Amino acid sequence: MKRVHWKALLLRPQFFALAAVLLINWLLFPGFFDITLQDGRLFGSVIDVLNRGAPVAILAIGMTAVIATKGVDLSVGAVMAIAGAVAAVLVTGGASAVVAVAAALAVGVLCGLWNGVLVTYLEIQPIIATLVLMVAGRGLAQLVTEGSIVTFSDPVLIFIGTGAVLGMPMPIVIASVLAIGATLIVRKTALGLLIEAVGVNRSAARFAGISSGLLLMVVYTFAGFCAATSGLIVAGDIRGADANNAGLWLELDAILAVVIGGTSLLGGRFSIPMSVVGALIIQAMNTGILISGFSPEFNLVVKSGVIILILVLQAPMVAQSLRKRFTAERKA
Amino acid sequence: MVVGAEPVVQARGIVKIFGQHRALDGVDFSVRPGEVHALLGENGAGKSTLIKILTGAYQPDGGEVILDGAAVRFSDPLDAQRHGIGTVYQEVNLLPNRSVAENLFLGHQPTRFGIVQRRVIEARARELLAGYGLEIDVRAELGSYSVAVQQIVAIARAVELSGKVLVLDEPTASLDRNEVAKMFEVVARLKARGLGIIFITHFLDQVFEIADRVTILRNGKLIGTKALSEVTATDVVRMMLGKDLAFDHGGVGVAEAVQGPVRVEFKSLGRQGKVAPFSLALHEGEVVGVAGLLGSGRTEMARLMFGVDSADGGEISVGGKVVSIRNPAQAVAAGFGFCPEDRKLDGIFGELSVRENIIIALQAKLGWFRALNRDEQNEIAGSYAEALDIRAADYEMPVKLLSGGNQQKAILARWLAIDPNFLILDEPTRGIDVGAHAEIVRTINRLREEGLALLVISSELDEVVAYSNRIVVMRDRAMVAELSGADIAPSVIVAAIAENQGGRA
Repeated sequence: MKRVHWKALLLRPQFFALAAVLLINWLLFPGFFDITLQDGRLFGSVIDVLNRGAPVAILAIGMTAVIATKGVDLSVGAVMAIAGAVAAVLVTGGASAVVAVAAALAVGVLCGLWNGVLVTYLEIQPIIATLVLMVAGRGLAQLVTEGSIVTFSDPVLIFIGTGAVLGMPMPIVIASVLAIGATLIVRKTALGLLIEAVGVNRSAARFAGISSGLLLMVVYTFAGFCAATSGLIVAGDIRGADANNAGLWLELDAILAVVIGGTSLLGGRFSIPMSVVGALIIQAMNTGILISGFSPEFNLVVKSGVIILILVLQAPMVAQSLRKRFTAERKA
Repeated sequence: MVVGAEPVVQARGIVKIFGQHRALDGVDFSVRPGEVHALLGENGAGKSTLIKILTGAYQPDGGEVILDGAAVRFSDPLDAQRHGIGTVYQEVNLLPNRSVAENLFLGHQPTRFGIVQRRVIEARARELLAGYGLEIDVRAELGSYSVAVQQIVAIARAVELSGKVLVLDEPTASLDRNEVAKMFEVVARLKARGLGIIFITHFLDQVFEIADRVTILRNGKLIGTKALSEVTATDVVRMMLGKDLAFDHGGVGVAEAVQGPVRVEFKSLGRQGKVAPFSLALHEGEVVGVAGLLGSGRTEMARLMFGVDSADGGEISVGGKVVSIRNPAQAVAAGFGFCPEDRKLDGIFGELSVRENIIIALQAKLGWFRALNRDEQNEIAGSYAEALDIRAADYEMPVKLLSGGNQQKAILARWLAIDPNFLILDEPTRGIDVGAHAEIVRTINRLREEGLALLVISSELDEVVAYSNRIVVMRDRAMVAELSGADIAPSVIVAAIAENQGGRA
């Protein structure tokens, strides 16, 4: 029986990349790994990477499952904006925070269901089906906020974005719970295998008796739920809902995180934890460039360079030759 | 033809290793100019690996390829083509939506001042195809012609681009009798022109019809190269299998076998435009064979039974109870299994492991929350893989790396794992070689003896006759005859299918 080989896991290029980015950050900014506790909350650059990376990491968790089915969800950034708008408008209108949060998450689930119906029952290609909500979603969010940035002072909503539990910022706590929960659910039930089967060959999945329609609905709905969660965090962080800018382009970062994590856009094998690592690599780069004093314009260029490097390292041929060299050296 | 001439291409001591597995182990092979050399072997014998090395798709781990007396190393199939080795595959890989002429000269069109000279291309295409006895409108789309014509165009293109050695990888698999004859005319012309031709097929009679020599591989090793004038078909089969064929055609005892109670019953099941309503009851321990020509509605019938297409009338009962089957998931829940005709498209999960491919239907049946743990999966996959003799280095390897016969067995194992009531096999022996063929036939017989009800669709009459208790004949999308007892004979089946032609005339 095969067990997970931790050593092999840690030898994956993603961990090298993360270590390298962190190392460079440390060289540029020697205080990078310093962590302090103030007012019952941890502070430091590493904590900052985790905290800022949480929204994309959460999107990536949902996106991983979607991509594993050979799909993609372009609407998650827009769904973030809708969820934030719904929560903000409700609390400013006098509703309780619990109602606002529940409504925001429910709207996220509805958005996911909408995508799922387009993909599953109308059989529209995922990239087009979710593009609909990507474009329309920001409009919907603006309708909800009536075109202005709705600010709020509700302590519970603000806590979701900026609070801390046992010193750990809330976004990190939420992302960890979701990542661990989702991983356990897909691996301890048959969902993971069935999702992979649908992603590898949907026709064969049908012949094998897998109800792929229901599975796809669940996957897109979950992506919508994750997006709404992310939207709440971002809104809580800025204490307001910005329909134009909340979650803007984050769907692309989420897709990137999944791909860096090693899940193929062609569907099939997937790993939620590795997607989270992908999201952290992206955020570590962002943070590194900011604290190093380079102008933010560098950010995108450096990011693309690092991404190309990681993808090359992941390519089967390169991985194989590296492994050969590694084992040869060990023998020598 | 130059007998005893120096080989045009030669492989010496070829070794190819995949992981732990020696796919080829010191294989010698040579083709002389003006010779048709058949390459035979069971599943996983190493035929395609050897061809891929000769055509540059793989690099050998040992040994050498010698072309015209000099050692060569091809970087890829294009490089091999430039050196004179061309390949034509079973599935024509040309562009069906472009004209025949364009397909022939794609990538090396004659141009003047950078402009493609359509007239010149068409004239040369006509001239070229005339050399193959083919007179067609070269301006028409390639896709508008039959597979046989497309294949001849592919051959013409390959010969035009290479010119020394032509590899034909199962070119006749999807052709009918007349088309095969036409293809063989073309092969004879090329032989007369002094090309060395490597011919891979599963049809022994075709080997004896056209080939001069035969090389047989088994488990990656060279078993022998013989002139076909010196051997009989039995010799060849024995060399391929290392044993005598274990299934005989004398198994007519089937009809007298004890039949159990009715297992599944289909009453007036049908779908407008697909299959006319039909009724059929299958008993425990019974194999019902389905005979009929392509397009007769045999596959459509199976799809209705399994809920792949939903029926617009009729009912299905299992063990006397009426069940609703509107999709495959419901069919699986009712204990049905279906090995589809197109393995690659509808059967296997190429990227997933052999283990996962075997347990997937059982897992789908158990549902999302009753997950089989890894130990249970290993146990189930291991026992069915062993029972069906699935040859894989490791059950964790992706199933796409297995040979066609082993993939078919993996799909069969998938259904046996759900402990089915009723199993539908659509062309279970298509595209797999003689050895695996015999094993599948043996398995069908064994499953019947164990009390399963089976419906087997096959276009190989000898085979259907050998294992069926009853045979239903499909014609024009309707069930037209049910044969049993002494009527289970190829001649009777052919007559039942052919009645059609008389009726229409």
